[in-house]
Amino acid sequence: MSLIRVEGVSVRQGGARVLHDVSLSVERGEIVTIVGPNGSGKSTLLKTLIGALRPESGRVVRAEGLRIGYVPQTLHIDPTLPITVARFLGLPVRIAHARAAEALSRAGLPDVGGQQMSELSGGQFQRVLLARALLETPDLLLLDEATQGLDQRGSASFYRQIEEVRREMGCGILMVSHELHVVMSASDRVICLNGHVCCEGRPEVVASAPEYRALFGTGTEGALALYRHEHDHSHDHSHGHPHDHGLAHGRDGTQDGARGREAAE
Amino acid sequence: MILDAFLVRAALAGVGVALAAAPLGCFVVWRRMAYFGDATAHAAILGVALALALSWSVFLGALLVALAMAATVSGLGHRGLAMDTLLGVLAHSALAVGLVAASFLSGVRVDLMAYLFGEILAVGWADLAVIWGGVALVLVLFLWRWPALLMATLNGDLARAAGVDPRREQMVLTLALAVVVAVAIKVVGVLLIGALLVIPAATARPFSRTPEGMALLAAGVGVFSALAGLAAAFRFDTPTGPTMVCVAAACFALSAVAGGIRRGAAGARG
Repeated sequence: MSLIRVEGVSVRQGGARVLHDVSLSVERGEIVTIVGPNGSGKSTLLKTLIGALRPESGRVVRAEGLRIGYVPQTLHIDPTLPITVARFLGLPVRIAHARAAEALSRAGLPDVGGQQMSELSGGQFQRVLLARALLETPDLLLLDEATQGLDQRGSASFYRQIEEVRREMGCGILMVSHELHVVMSASDRVICLNGHVCCEGRPEVVASAPEYRALFGTGTEGALALYRHEHDHSHDHSHGHPHDHGLAHGRDGTQDGARGREAAE
Repeated sequence: MILDAFLVRAALAGVGVALAAAPLGCFVVWRRMAYFGDATAHAAILGVALALALSWSVFLGALLVALAMAATVSGLGHRGLAMDTLLGVLAHSALAVGLVAASFLSGVRVDLMAYLFGEILAVGWADLAVIWGGVALVLVLFLWRWPALLMATLNGDLARAAGVDPRREQMVLTLALAVVVAVAIKVVGVLLIGALLVIPAATARPFSRTPEGMALLAAGVGVFSALAGLAAAFRFDTPTGPTMVCVAAACFALSAVAGGIRRGAAGARG
């Protein structure tokens, strides 16, 4: 049975219909990515899944006792609000220090519990949000453009962490992303959204679908080109960071992200 | 002894209001609601006028109008109107209507100053009971809702994902604000309630590492300002409410300078 199933969901926001007859499902252990242009309803869909928005029609079916971990789009904490990482993780229910440290390490961070949230770098901040989502050992992890504001290296490393989390915890992962080339290489399934589901399937299938091309183009700016580019392995930057490409190879014909990473390092 | 009794009552009233205003003031600062607090406080003068006209308790009139004002602003704010414009319209209109309404009441004109700037030395034992009742209510509310309030303040979606309804927490804050406004009218008056909320919290910020620490420190600053302000007002024969706010403002200035020096030192080290 699917972790979560969306059946014919329509959502209205401020009078306008943002989502129209959307159906999708996420299975345990798979990484599904939603791509789509600005205003295509990606964030609205995630908010509907966590129950923050109510669908106008259709329904969202959760597996019984489903635990959802949610990583929001970059979160703004007002600078007047002093808060340590440990206190942030311990909201709304206080947790033991060891549990916080464990979640941080799962998210790829050392024990930064005593630091102020405002002192963290962008990449660390997103990982703290990830750690927060992992605290309850979720069955389903939802990420809403979690790498916004990170540079390419930072986001590639973040997505590698996501694959690691999937491998360790076996949870299903549904994420929204703008970074098409990373998405294409890191996902088992891609859903192309533009108010409705345009097309859906394995990354390479979606990338060549006419609906997808209509939205993102096929030229040099298109994700298809970027996707192929990574497989061509023809990077012209001299200082080449191999870890950026490990991710791409991890998806190369196998479900196992680890193999590609080892090969790359 | 009479002198002692009214000073003790004044001190107790000031301390009570400072304690309730501290945690609320922190949320006002964190959520950037300073103007919202002002608007609610200014509207309370309309409640005072209504209460005097209908011979209700001033506390009840102020509480009801402050609640109505806060609820109106919260409600309208969700409809996409510019918040600062909305508050500007409502706050000053309510203040003006309140002042005009009060002018129709005979014999009130003299009293009005007391509600605009507070008259802490006139606080009676009955007033004190009402003030501390309100203070206790607000403190219990904050102790009970603290984690949820923090969660809702950090991020609405994150709060929902954690099972906290941010709108409910907004209502809790609205209620707390109305109660604090109502009990603070006698102490500092409607025009300076905003200062009592924001200044102690802002003073505490540079020296706090956790939200709880900031609220406690703000309470300390508020209580000190109330007591030192009362003493100074008595000594120099100045209006009490404004003197308390002056002490708080001086604390803020010191804190801002000290915080700046600390940051500078940290910057030089880093």
